Amino acid sequence: MTDMLTPILTQTWDKPRSWKLQTYLNNGGYRGLRTAFAMTPTAVIDSVKASGLRGRGGAGFPTGMKWGFIPVSNPKPKYLVVNCDESEPGTCKDMPLLLASPQLVIEGAIIAAYAVGAHRAFIYIRGEVLHVIRRVRAAVEEAYAAGYLGRNILGSGFSLDITVHAGAGAYICGEETALLDSLEGRRGQPRLRPPFPAVEGLYASPTVVNNCESIASVPAILANGSAWYAQMGTEKSQGSTIYSLSGHVRKPGQYEAPLGITTRQLLEIASGIREGHRLKFFTPGGSSTPLLTPAHLDVPLDYESLAAAGTMLGTKAMQFFDDTVSVVRTTRRWVEFYQHESCGKCTPCREGSWWLVQLLANLEEGKGEEGDIEKILAICDQVSGKSFCTLADGFVACVTSAIAAFRSEFEAGYRLPAWELFPYQKSALFGQTVVAPPPGVSISQEPPRPRRRRAAAQGVIEP
Amino acid sequence: MSGTQEFLFDLSDTGGVDYTDESTNIDARTLDEMRELMAAYPQPRSALIPMLHLVQSVDGRVSSVGVRVCAELLGISAAAVVGVATFYTMFKRKAAGQHHIGVCRTALCAVMGGDILMERVSEKLGIKDGETSPDGKFSLEAIECNAACDFAPVMMVNWEFFDNMTPDKVEKLLDDLRVGNRVQSPRGAQLTSWREAERVIAGFSDGRADEGPGAGEASLAGVQAARVNNWRAPDAKSMTGAAQ
Amino acid sequence: MTQPVSEAVTFTIDDVTLTVPKGTNVIRAAEASGIEIPRFCDHPLLDPVAACRQCMVDVVDAGNGRPMKPQPACALEAAKGMVVRTAATSDVAKQAQCGMLEFLLINHPLDCPECDKAGECPLQNQARVSGRETSRYTGAKRTFPKPIMVGQTLLLDRERCVLCQRCIRFADQISGDSLLALVERGGKSQIGAHPDAAFGGYFAGNVAQICPVGALTTVDYRFQSRPFDLVSEMSTCENCAAGCEMRVDARAFEVKRRLAGNDSTHNDEWLCDKGRFACRSARGADRLTTPLVRGTDGRLHAASWPEALAAAAAGLASSATQGAASGVLTGGRLTLENAYAYSKFARTVLQTNNIDCRVRYLSDEETAWMMFQQTTGLPPVTYETLDAANHVVLVDFEPEEECPMVFLRLRKAVRKRGIGITAIAPYLSHGNAKLGAGLLACAPGGEAAALRGLTRLGDNTVILVGERAATSPGTLTLLSQLASTRQVKVGWIPRRAGELGAVAAGCLPTLLPAGRQTVDVGARSEFRDLWKVSEFPNATGFNASNMLIAAAAGAIKSLVIAGVDLADLPDPNLAVSALQTAFVISLEVRESEVSAFADVVFPVAPLEQQEGTFIDWTHAQRKVVPVDRHDANPLTDLRVLGALASAMGVDLNLPNPKEALRELHALATRPVAAVHMSSATPPPIAWSEGNVILATWRPLIDDGRCLDGADSLRRGAPKVSVKMSPATATGLGISPGEHVELSAHGTRWHGPVELVVGMAEGVVWIPQASGASVHGRLIADSGERVTLSAGGGVL
Repeated sequence: MTDMLTPILTQTWDKPRSWKLQTYLNNGGYRGLRTAFAMTPTAVIDSVKASGLRGRGGAGFPTGMKWGFIPVSNPKPKYLVVNCDESEPGTCKDMPLLLASPQLVIEGAIIAAYAVGAHRAFIYIRGEVLHVIRRVRAAVEEAYAAGYLGRNILGSGFSLDITVHAGAGAYICGEETALLDSLEGRRGQPRLRPPFPAVEGLYASPTVVNNCESIASVPAILANGSAWYAQMGTEKSQGSTIYSLSGHVRKPGQYEAPLGITTRQLLEIASGIREGHRLKFFTPGGSSTPLLTPAHLDVPLDYESLAAAGTMLGTKAMQFFDDTVSVVRTTRRWVEFYQHESCGKCTPCREGSWWLVQLLANLEEGKGEEGDIEKILAICDQVSGKSFCTLADGFVACVTSAIAAFRSEFEAGYRLPAWELFPYQKSALFGQTVVAPPPGVSISQEPPRPRRRRAAAQGVIEP
Repeated sequence: MSGTQEFLFDLSDTGGVDYTDESTNIDARTLDEMRELMAAYPQPRSALIPMLHLVQSVDGRVSSVGVRVCAELLGISAAAVVGVATFYTMFKRKAAGQHHIGVCRTALCAVMGGDILMERVSEKLGIKDGETSPDGKFSLEAIECNAACDFAPVMMVNWEFFDNMTPDKVEKLLDDLRVGNRVQSPRGAQLTSWREAERVIAGFSDGRADEGPGAGEASLAGVQAARVNNWRAPDAKSMTGAAQ
Repeated sequence: MTQPVSEAVTFTIDDVTLTVPKGTNVIRAAEASGIEIPRFCDHPLLDPVAACRQCMVDVVDAGNGRPMKPQPACALEAAKGMVVRTAATSDVAKQAQCGMLEFLLINHPLDCPECDKAGECPLQNQARVSGRETSRYTGAKRTFPKPIMVGQTLLLDRERCVLCQRCIRFADQISGDSLLALVERGGKSQIGAHPDAAFGGYFAGNVAQICPVGALTTVDYRFQSRPFDLVSEMSTCENCAAGCEMRVDARAFEVKRRLAGNDSTHNDEWLCDKGRFACRSARGADRLTTPLVRGTDGRLHAASWPEALAAAAAGLASSATQGAASGVLTGGRLTLENAYAYSKFARTVLQTNNIDCRVRYLSDEETAWMMFQQTTGLPPVTYETLDAANHVVLVDFEPEEECPMVFLRLRKAVRKRGIGITAIAPYLSHGNAKLGAGLLACAPGGEAAALRGLTRLGDNTVILVGERAATSPGTLTLLSQLASTRQVKVGWIPRRAGELGAVAAGCLPTLLPAGRQTVDVGARSEFRDLWKVSEFPNATGFNASNMLIAAAAGAIKSLVIAGVDLADLPDPNLAVSALQTAFVISLEVRESEVSAFADVVFPVAPLEQQEGTFIDWTHAQRKVVPVDRHDANPLTDLRVLGALASAMGVDLNLPNPKEALRELHALATRPVAAVHMSSATPPPIAWSEGNVILATWRPLIDDGRCLDGADSLRRGAPKVSVKMSPATATGLGISPGEHVELSAHGTRWHGPVELVVGMAEGVVWIPQASGASVHGRLIADSGERVTLSAGGGVL
């Protein structure tokens, strides 16, 4: 039985100047790489397969298997791309990882590149994180200077160049084919598959795209062995991972734990929901994963158990909302996020998000009409599973799960603005006397109209 | 349907950059730096996004001349460059301020105080989302999730993190910036300007990577809880032996 | 690795079992078997993008026993055992399609009553067939300022756009012009063009045709007609020798627009902008409506037909009695049938072989080449030959400028099969650069030598040669040798639609119809029988150049001229003096320089009223169908010549075009003797002196009169410049942008200098007959030495 928390990736984050190569080396850094160089690339892939490591960026595809798809016989150059475009609402693990321990990602990238035969790797970082970009670039320079990058690394005969590439603001670039288009200097729009990136990815060459945390997990697997890694977690969801707790929790932050820990356990470690309030709902893995309620506190946070509960592990971005929060408000905001981030390529995503935001805005503002909820669900049905990529499935999940759990709160939007049912200042972390308005509506100019408050509307807060 | 009023979308201002303003600061050095960016990739077009960041650092926006220069250097159509420049939110069609303020408006930050912060910043600066103050000092943007949710509510200044923001902190931050006081990001470097930040993002170092801490308080919450409880990952050595 | 030869896959759609080659997408398979799947972004000639999601089908079984979520049929490869259901048999597919339509319509304006597309709009049709009766959308729609100009020929109404990206994909994948791009993101996404892109390429009109909604319309056709008021005919474009099938739409006997047909052997579903928009030249105030006869006052007066016929017959008879010959210039724009009528008229009425269809630089070597090509049984090069080639060499030929459909075919072959293109040219033109062609830089005149230096010949190589080869001695001789030994396939591509038809009809001084030589005694008796004439000219006639020299000198007393612009001739001044000296009969649609000098002018019907045939560069016969049937019996050249023959007491015996074609076909069934070219290299042309060698060809959009009325097209013509290599400029002491003057034969031309890296040294290039924005006109041909001097009159 492993411990409650298993800091591996986060282990050195509190060390002085944790981001420096020397700190990394002092704490056992680059042991994994030396182990890997003593193995054949195929053996490295097998080891990662055996570890049970799965993609930590949301989809959960087995990492070793993804590497195995790279056709060795293809004469074109192979590429590795590390996806650090972390943008899914609630997700905040890769940025602190890169800030505190960038060498972990570089070492992981070298091992991955060695395994798939790539001599060029790209670390794609979202553009809006200046200091993260600085740190990673400096870390790459340090690695070059110390001979971990460049020609004939550590005398292994293997060479690798890494380019750190900053994006420019687009959530969709987290989708691996959109990321590749973006990296090619194009609009970040998902590509048609097949061909898959493993066959025709970057510059139409075989390409592996791995999430930042997945890559960072590789050095320890090589250094300590796949069995060591696989002993953590559950039978099918092996290993440990970073759970990002945010929202109305007393101690938000990054908690690295074996897969299969429960929300209740994590909340206990994080000292629970904020003083005087109770949990209302939470997302297990970002806003694209159907939200859960306190009824799900004991569901193990692993791939299979969450799928069985009708949701997903996603990015393990656990956003907690207490009883002060209007679910109509958060749902609208999330869908606004997807509308803003929809690339616009396919009809259902572009138009569906456009329409849903309008209907949800009406409900938040108490201007909904009878039938709006049915209309919203019908629109979701028209979008679900029919869009080009999964971005649209994300907002469908967000909306349908919210309505399923809190339908009467949406119905209240036919009559009452959400801020009357859930005064917004109560959700804020700091006391306020003014009511925070939704965008475009100034409360001070348009005071809430007197309406009869329905008792039923209050009853939905606690599931 | 009064609720739909805010969705009256007249998209007159969309579709391109400001072609009427042909002013630019792009010079031979900029062109050399663009070529340097292009040379860093197997295919030069990959440098387009860094090049547009560089254009912003030089011109304060994606300028009409900048678009044409990128198109010519890369041998692609100007329309294609505009297509890229208008896709990504970091690219500004109108000149951004000396300091670019971002307030997270995505659900979690908004609920935890972001909306109140946005109103405060807007009131204090006298500008709304997407606007730049007449003196060119500030621009304001309602940003989407910036991957710092454990520090909510979050603001960004020149794409540096400003964590756990409160109205009082906002007050002080904006006052300091206005008078030019030294401002340090809690998880980043001392603030310079949006343009200098864009230059770093484009790929030109300002040597500030070692400023600031390794991690913020929330980032360490888990590792500190583990230390307190003496929780650890399994012992590696015995397992390595077992694996062999 | 061996590629399995088109493995077959059997699957079912709507319970119909289909077997298709592996790799076929479901939507193509359905289409081929008549099963309808609605779509917007899908286009058979464009790569799938699966963006509109309108073609969603229900995949009950993916072929592995498991169902899939609804899939876009355009991007779904048919798999063995797959079971697919369309909206016809599946509620899942039906609802998916209905939902997609609702999404597309929430921001689509209800402006069908004023939209050009209404009545032929896929969105409108599908909304009526499978959309909801009413929209559930109650919000405001997106609005954009409308319309915006895209290039000079297109208008874009963004709020009508469904973002299928067909236009962008066409520009990227087919024409390579990339004038359009998707801009903005999400709900603000739109098609955008950069204001700098005034030149939208030569194929921009296609995007309006393939736009599945009314977002892209042409300046030319906007608000011109309703689809249901149009009368349509499938015909062949007359603007070059490509032989493109097109649909001509007329309203009230007036051509309103032309659209690409759908012919995979020729133009697929594309048409160049010249073919599309250059269709109004016969509609100006200069249209001839009555015969004209020059009076004693020296001016042309309207005359009755009998009067004019009598005057013409008298003029021709008078030159005959003076023992002087007549000459016939047919130009290159006639249908095969009309050309045949001229050919027969020359031989039977005028008793002469002085007939030539060429109104450009010509040579005896070229005449020999044309006879070689017309008489040898070499397999013609076709568009399919280009599809299958490994290597295509371009000699004296600029595909995008001189035969745009050949350009598109080559680009398709380059894109799909990565074939190699080598351009033997003075510089790498924009079009050839888009083909990824390798340049063998060569000054005009050096083509034969350059060809000899090519090493890769024979590796399934096709050589395409243009009519400019006439200015390059030895080129055609070498090509005839290469073609005869079957080392390579050679395609000769003239610029004009009627040129090969005219050669087949015998509009050459050395050839009778159907490849018979004028010097062939047996052929002459064959024609005496066929044409029922007793006498027949037996001497080789004058070619066009010699005819003009002879006419200017008074040796030829009368000229019959059809559709010739003097500006096209190598020496327009000589032509003017020939026309002033001789008795001239002009058959014209519009007043022209020729008709201005003519003694008798006969109006003839424009092509849109005629029926007939063009022989395109692949030697295929392409039908010309009248779309304006206002006149049941239009005055074709053939009919006018018949009347003129009658007036001269000869029965031309060609009551209609069909009869002309019947006679020709009867001739064509008999074999002809192959005429090989002499292997001797012809002597170089003795050009006059100059400090640079001129290279020139006609851009697609030139000053030609066929483009009159196509105003938007002309506005989009590329800017004019004098191109030269940096070293040549340095040698001449010239800097880029500087205006220079070129002079030859007392004529001058000037324009700004543009430096072109990699261009042949000592050569300057200017566009031929495209001086809309420059002063003057230089009378000089490709290969000629001309004098370049700095500082020629800046505008």
